[in-house]
Amino acid sequence: MSSQDFVRTLPSAGSGSAGATLLRVHLDPLFLCLLIAIVCYGLVVLFSAVNRDMDVFGNQLIRMGIAFIALFAAAQLQPSFYLRWAPFVYVGGVVLLVLVLLIGVEVKGSQRWLDIPGLPRFQPSELMKIAVPMMVAWYFHDRPLPPRFKDVCVALLIIAIPAACIIRQPDLGTGILVAGAGVAVLVLAGLYWRWILYAGLSLAVAAPGLWYALQDYQRQRILTLFDPQSDPLGAGWNIIQSTTAIGSGGVWGKGLFQGTQSHLEFLPESQTDFIIAVVGEELGLVGILGLLALYLIVIARGLMIAVQAQSTFGRLLAGALTLTFFVYVFVNIGMVSGLLPVVGVPLPLVSYGGTSAITLMAGFGIIMSVRTHRSR
Amino acid sequence: MARSISFNDPLRERQSFGARVALLFTIAVLLIAVLVTRLVQLQVWEFETYQTRSDENRIQVQPLAPPRGLIYDRNGVLLADNTTIYSLALVRERVDDMEALLARLNQLVGLDAEELEGYERRLKRRRRPFEPVTLKEILSEAEIARLAVERHRLPGVEIVTELVRRYPANSASLFAHAVGSVRRVTEEDLQRLDPVSYSATRYLGRRGVERFYENSLHGQVGYQQVETDAHGRIRQVLEINPPVSGKDITLHLDHRLQIAASAALGGRRGAVVALDPRSGGVLAMVSNPGYDPNLFISGMTGETYSALLNSRDKPLFNRAINGQYAPGSTFKPIVGLAGIASGETNWSEHIEDKGWFKLPNQERIYRDWSWTARNSGGQGVVNLNRAIYRSSNVYFYDLASRIGIARLAPFAAQFGLGQNLAEDISLASSGLLPDPIWKQGVKGQVWYPGDTVNLGIGQGDLLVTPLQLATVSAILANRGRVVRPRMLLESNRALVELDPLPAPEPVQGLSPEDWELMVDSMEDVVHRGNKGYGQNGTAWAYIGRGIDYRMAGKSGTAQVVEIRQGEEYDEEELDEFNRKHAWFIAFAPADNPVIALAVLVENGGGGSSVAGPVAREVLDAYLLPQLAAK
Repeated sequence: MSSQDFVRTLPSAGSGSAGATLLRVHLDPLFLCLLIAIVCYGLVVLFSAVNRDMDVFGNQLIRMGIAFIALFAAAQLQPSFYLRWAPFVYVGGVVLLVLVLLIGVEVKGSQRWLDIPGLPRFQPSELMKIAVPMMVAWYFHDRPLPPRFKDVCVALLIIAIPAACIIRQPDLGTGILVAGAGVAVLVLAGLYWRWILYAGLSLAVAAPGLWYALQDYQRQRILTLFDPQSDPLGAGWNIIQSTTAIGSGGVWGKGLFQGTQSHLEFLPESQTDFIIAVVGEELGLVGILGLLALYLIVIARGLMIAVQAQSTFGRLLAGALTLTFFVYVFVNIGMVSGLLPVVGVPLPLVSYGGTSAITLMAGFGIIMSVRTHRSR
Repeated sequence: MARSISFNDPLRERQSFGARVALLFTIAVLLIAVLVTRLVQLQVWEFETYQTRSDENRIQVQPLAPPRGLIYDRNGVLLADNTTIYSLALVRERVDDMEALLARLNQLVGLDAEELEGYERRLKRRRRPFEPVTLKEILSEAEIARLAVERHRLPGVEIVTELVRRYPANSASLFAHAVGSVRRVTEEDLQRLDPVSYSATRYLGRRGVERFYENSLHGQVGYQQVETDAHGRIRQVLEINPPVSGKDITLHLDHRLQIAASAALGGRRGAVVALDPRSGGVLAMVSNPGYDPNLFISGMTGETYSALLNSRDKPLFNRAINGQYAPGSTFKPIVGLAGIASGETNWSEHIEDKGWFKLPNQERIYRDWSWTARNSGGQGVVNLNRAIYRSSNVYFYDLASRIGIARLAPFAAQFGLGQNLAEDISLASSGLLPDPIWKQGVKGQVWYPGDTVNLGIGQGDLLVTPLQLATVSAILANRGRVVRPRMLLESNRALVELDPLPAPEPVQGLSPEDWELMVDSMEDVVHRGNKGYGQNGTAWAYIGRGIDYRMAGKSGTAQVVEIRQGEEYDEEELDEFNRKHAWFIAFAPADNPVIALAVLVENGGGGSSVAGPVAREVLDAYLLPQLAAK
């Protein structure tokens, strides 16, 4: 009976013949269209940001191709498959993270990469962006909800172990995203608002202590946020240049390929974490709002799929992955526009770089799997 | 258990989940709204601020240094041009490990403490981000090659090119004192100079012509508006307002005569100044030893500099315009003319020269140059003509004391003594023409009659420079017409410095015959020969034979240390630097002079024997080709 209801609530996009074909291969048509739109938008901006360098652009095209394959593959697997494998993936991921801390390859002062002979170099922390919410969702899928205190504690432990490993690399950005994904599951599982309030209060009390736990450069980034002009050529440089890029774009932007901040290399990391500044400079407020609108529809669609999911596991996982995506967007644009401290979070599906795009697409694949695999 | 079942009720769970998602989505929308507000703040409300900031980032206005005007001799031989130099500069912002980089650069090109200190000092000055700061000036080709090979391993290292003054190697030392040199603009200079005009200029005239014509040689600063990237590299020039190069100037100097004068002096310390008496143009100005002015541009070690500075030969000292010496007997023609002009003597009056002179009622004996301990010497019966060609001291002791200082000093002043007559040689010394007022004021002593006696033979407090004596020679050649010495012959464009000084008055009180007779007497100095002992011109034996033109001259020998009463001057016993200075002034052809000169050989000894041949060589070099051409 209830399954019939869900069929009727399918979005209209799915009812067309092409849509039906896509559904048959477990792809959500609306979701797919939105993702393709964002990726295309991102490629155009990137093409400008890399100064029309065809080699770099080609690399990104290949990566995006791989990312869509990852999405397709992830969508073919049943939610039950993920449920079954969640603990193994999680434990395996934690082992890899420990390995990274022991024998990882150091790049730019952080030990994030694992270089195992025969395999391409990869970051196990990326895997945890999916493995952690999956594990927490697995933990709650057959437990009473809203979660009891004991279960919350266990879930927090599940989240804390990998998050701590990642922050120790140090990679605060990914650590926040991984922890955020896990906490999202907790919140979606029905965590009492009261407890969230207590947690928030105790965090505020502990804030001075946390301050001392931060690395020097992380503290510097927070201070810089409040006063970028205190060290305009050092710590403040990035944020001054990114706000200048965005602000000087105005409403309509300077035009594609016309951004002086990015093309004259004032804007650092203009192809990766700071690419939204290129959007703001070259395409203006209109350009950013367009991209934000696309992101927001993706989030809405993801949450809708979560709400309509049949199982607790699917619901929690799809919702958490969507919220993680939101955190990506908010933290990235927040830091580039000078609202948040600078942490290494790329703009999803737009920033140059393969690993995070593949993880994100795999995550969307899982959401589509939740959407399209229905038990009778 | 029942409780947990009720909680696990799928419907309730779904409803609770739906409510949570709705709430979280609302929070997400609110947070996105915060982002949008921030973006509106940046891109709409504060748009102009950021637009300005973005333009300030990329657009730089850079001053462009004007190429310095060139300097030529009268025949178009280049005496000063410009050349490109390469220096090593660092962009601090792009250097990761300064210590390691400096160590590596030290291996490659060698850095001394001075350069490192200078770099630190320049680094502290105000500059924009990513502006290169000079570390080492003037790289050799080998050093540039070594840096080029390592370039990719030396982030932040840049090689900066610059156009600077260069004095052609074959004539640099030769013309150093005449043309002058440039030096680095200092912080103090910038407070004095127009900061806009000199914003890109790094060298300015230090001495000589370079200094006097600084404004014209400098040119006008240009500007370019450029778009630079974050590393300070110029991506494109948006607008250019090119600099106007300095004016080229041509000097009276004659390259060949300068070489001849220097060769004639040989290695001796001294000076030769040759003028064209008609214009006052300086044909040659040599001060020996010279120095290489390029050293002040390319830089030199502290050792080289202190060697230059402390050398006993004083190579940096321009004897030609700043060396002040007693003129000795070269002053006698002026005293003689003063005697004529004042009516104290005439061309036929004569005295008996017994080799010594005494003022009435005084014990002190003033001697002739021919005096020795065994023989009182003396020139016998002497009139003005003979007094000149025999250089009788006694005649001029007597004449000077009769004219008196009150008339002698003003008369001598008409020849430019005690002042700088030069049109465009601003640093020339003015020498000293003593008189009672000066002596009272400076020395606090009264003027004794003996002072006038000493002045009669060009000794005492009287001081002249070689340039001044060359001018005296030119005035004698001109028969009293006074000319100002000048370096500038012409320029391709009007010069700002040219606000001509008033033409000086000619020497007063003498008839053309007087002048001709004086010139004749000076010709006798050189040409009167084969007349037997005591009858020849003082210089004849040294320079008067085999001469193809008529030359008028006068020798002079200036004491450096006082020889006490009754003691003999013995060159052998004196330290080299205490020996007499040898002078010779001359002009030729005597009837229609085209060149007038003064030769000084420091501590050279006899004027006729030492300085005379130098003068002859210089005049030969100038006149013989002209005579041959006719």
